[in-house]
Amino acid sequence: MLVDLKLASLRSTKPHEYAIRFLFGGLITAAAGVIAMRYGPVIGGLFLAFPAIFPASVTLIENHERKNKQDAGFDGTRRGRIAAGIEAAGTSLGAIALVLFAFILYRFLPGHDPALTLVAASLAWLTLSTLLWLLAKRRHAHRH
Amino acid sequence: MTDLILRFLIGGAVVSLFAVLGDIFRPKSFAGLFGAAPSIALATLGLTIHHNGKLYAAIEARSMMAGAVAMAVYAAIVSWILLRYKSRALTVTLALLPLWFVASFGIWRLCLR
Repeated sequence: MLVDLKLASLRSTKPHEYAIRFLFGGLITAAAGVIAMRYGPVIGGLFLAFPAIFPASVTLIENHERKNKQDAGFDGTRRGRIAAGIEAAGTSLGAIALVLFAFILYRFLPGHDPALTLVAASLAWLTLSTLLWLLAKRRHAHRH
Repeated sequence: MTDLILRFLIGGAVVSLFAVLGDIFRPKSFAGLFGAAPSIALATLGLTIHHNGKLYAAIEARSMMAGAVAMAVYAAIVSWILLRYKSRALTVTLALLPLWFVASFGIWRLCLR
């Protein structure tokens, strides 16, 4: 399988780590609303793509991978850093697809049903980000 | 105030949901896609459309494109540094966060103003 689900990963995430992500996510969402109210939708819209939990998520991956390696008796520092770097590369691809998501909203929201437009934009994001990931994976495989 | 509390709660929940998806998917490179999921937008655009209308939300979405380009650049540079240098993820991501601001506001200044 190209993509797999590892539900056991949920157990390795501690409650306070979930709480941190909820807090950061909630704060930046509220802040985006405040910024839009204060400075208008042009400035406020920038923050709809603010990497709110990216530092926390990447750090989490680094810590978990390092701990897994340490539990096996090895120094997991390099492994953690590489895992975090790979995760960040994936986020970069997802962000490119996010441009398409935003474009669909910008182009179609004024004249169409908002719920349908949001669904279409979300599906477009998922499709493009997955395609970009597959392309990057194939390119990486050809190089090595 | 109610609006802000609602944004906080919905935003926290939606962002957390996408973060959980990022936790459970493998490989890591695929899971990373969810770090750039439109979580904040999905959490807030419903409220925005309700309060300010579809046109307002469309204007926000236009600027979101600039923010998304900035996020792509930021995440790519973070990845590049982590894969090549002995740096901690938290240090790199926080130290480079101003780059997102510079890139997004730069694009705003050049293209959206």
